[in-house]
Amino acid sequence: MIEIFQYDFMVRALIAALLVGLAAPAVGTFIVQRRLALLGDGIGHVALTGVALGFLTGTAPVLTAVLVSILGAVAIELVRARGRTTGDVALALLFYGGIAGGVMLIGLAPGGSNATLTSYLFGSISSVTTEDVWVIAVLAAFVLGVVATFGRELFVLCQDEEVAKVNGLPVRFLSLLVAVTAALTVVIAMRVVGLLLVSALMVVPVATSQQLTRGFRTTMALAMVLGVVATVGGLTSAFYASVAPGAAIVLLALAGFVLALGAGRLLRRSRAREAAP
Amino acid sequence: MMTRSAQAAGVSGPAPRTAGAPAAFAMTDGHVHLDGRPVLRGVNLRIEAGEVVAILGVNGSGKSTLVRALLGLTPLSTGSAELFGVPPGRFREWWRVGYVPQRLSVGGGVPATVREVVASGRVARQRRLRPAGRQDRAAVADALDAVGLTGRAGDPVAWLSGGQQQRVLIARALAGEPDAFVMDEPTAGVDAESQADLAGTLTTLVRQGKTVLLVAHEIGPMAPLITRSIVLRDGGVAHDGPATGGGTGCHPRPGHERERPPAYDVAGGPIGSGTTQ
Repeated sequence: MIEIFQYDFMVRALIAALLVGLAAPAVGTFIVQRRLALLGDGIGHVALTGVALGFLTGTAPVLTAVLVSILGAVAIELVRARGRTTGDVALALLFYGGIAGGVMLIGLAPGGSNATLTSYLFGSISSVTTEDVWVIAVLAAFVLGVVATFGRELFVLCQDEEVAKVNGLPVRFLSLLVAVTAALTVVIAMRVVGLLLVSALMVVPVATSQQLTRGFRTTMALAMVLGVVATVGGLTSAFYASVAPGAAIVLLALAGFVLALGAGRLLRRSRAREAAP
Repeated sequence: MMTRSAQAAGVSGPAPRTAGAPAAFAMTDGHVHLDGRPVLRGVNLRIEAGEVVAILGVNGSGKSTLVRALLGLTPLSTGSAELFGVPPGRFREWWRVGYVPQRLSVGGGVPATVREVVASGRVARQRRLRPAGRQDRAAVADALDAVGLTGRAGDPVAWLSGGQQQRVLIARALAGEPDAFVMDEPTAGVDAESQADLAGTLTTLVRQGKTVLLVAHEIGPMAPLITRSIVLRDGGVAHDGPATGGGTGCHPRPGHERERPPAYDVAGGPIGSGTTQ
């Protein structure tokens, strides 16, 4: 365990993993409650176009990824708010557009190839620089700040949008806030687990947590703990076993889900027996 | 107990219109089109503070649309609506209105406890970043007590029966301590026992002088509390007059109301001039 701290790149990677493990499930709780589990995937695909745009224009890919994924998230939100009927189709269109745009733009970029994209698609946590860690830290602080500041209002919004409106909440602003926060989370998590697996960190710890909890607050808190266990644990085991960190993190999170599914069933059964006379 | 208070409510009747005091709810020549189909056709009504009004009518008569338009959830195509004298779009004192939607959207993937949902009814009275205070906790405890769910406060709402979930929604509105309640079919799909509980809760509200506007299919055990009923037919007001409560067991059914001519005009205004298209 000490050995891992002797490598600067691993220390940076662990800090990034810790931040992602905290931020992604916090936003994810609201997204899952809103039944938008695939939102993260949609944004992740769109972010790929942003990354490629960065290479094409010679700007930092993280920056262009932030811009493009925010645009994508806002577009998804606007389509969602318009009406449900076309929502999933619109989401699908963005998926395809995002991937196709990314592949095409990276081909146009000088010296760029699909191999360049691979590290973004599947993550490359060991290449995280000090500067990256700072960007991730600022974004994570923003995401957690949003949850702390607007959590109460977001809870009402995600429960029932119309009730939120009759409570005088700024429904449109809050909806866009969820979308933008999700977009930032995607960019934070992109380096750690890769764009294709980003959404797993927003959804799986929440799905695991809710097998064991009764309330919203406890679900979010436990999901954040599970998120950190998955990212830090997955990264550490990937270091020792020499496997891909992104995959190790997501598989660890999924293993936790399977365990919690069983534990939750036992828990409910004993509770039901308790309740029965 | 219920009968006594019902008599009291019957005696006091609708609150007299005090000069200058705006109506709790008002609509002037309200028209609503949904998907090009007229749903409300020229509705005029004025509900004074302290009135307990039932909006009756068969399915598709426009009851829900009417209350949604009064709250600004459904835009009027022509005409105007007012909440406490202000159009919904410019209304700011949302803490004065408690909305009970038709059913709890338990849909959200994340569990929430009864207490969490009820406490969220305080949102219009709370400030960002400020934790819940003693007043908030007391209001939530009172609301839980009023609907008889104190013992279930820690349970996830999804564990509750339909009738109990309806009570959770009412408690959420109660927790906000509003001046006026808007309840959309609070008795739909609710067993007789819960209906009686609801009538008890309403009795307390009536005694406190709250304004209650409720949409109902049939008002059942709440009949003695209703001071005025408005019957909608084909999007117009077919009848507007004092309710014939009194616990005689004959609850006014829309079908009966239709043939009965309006006894007299309660508020003396141009209400009840429902269109007969």
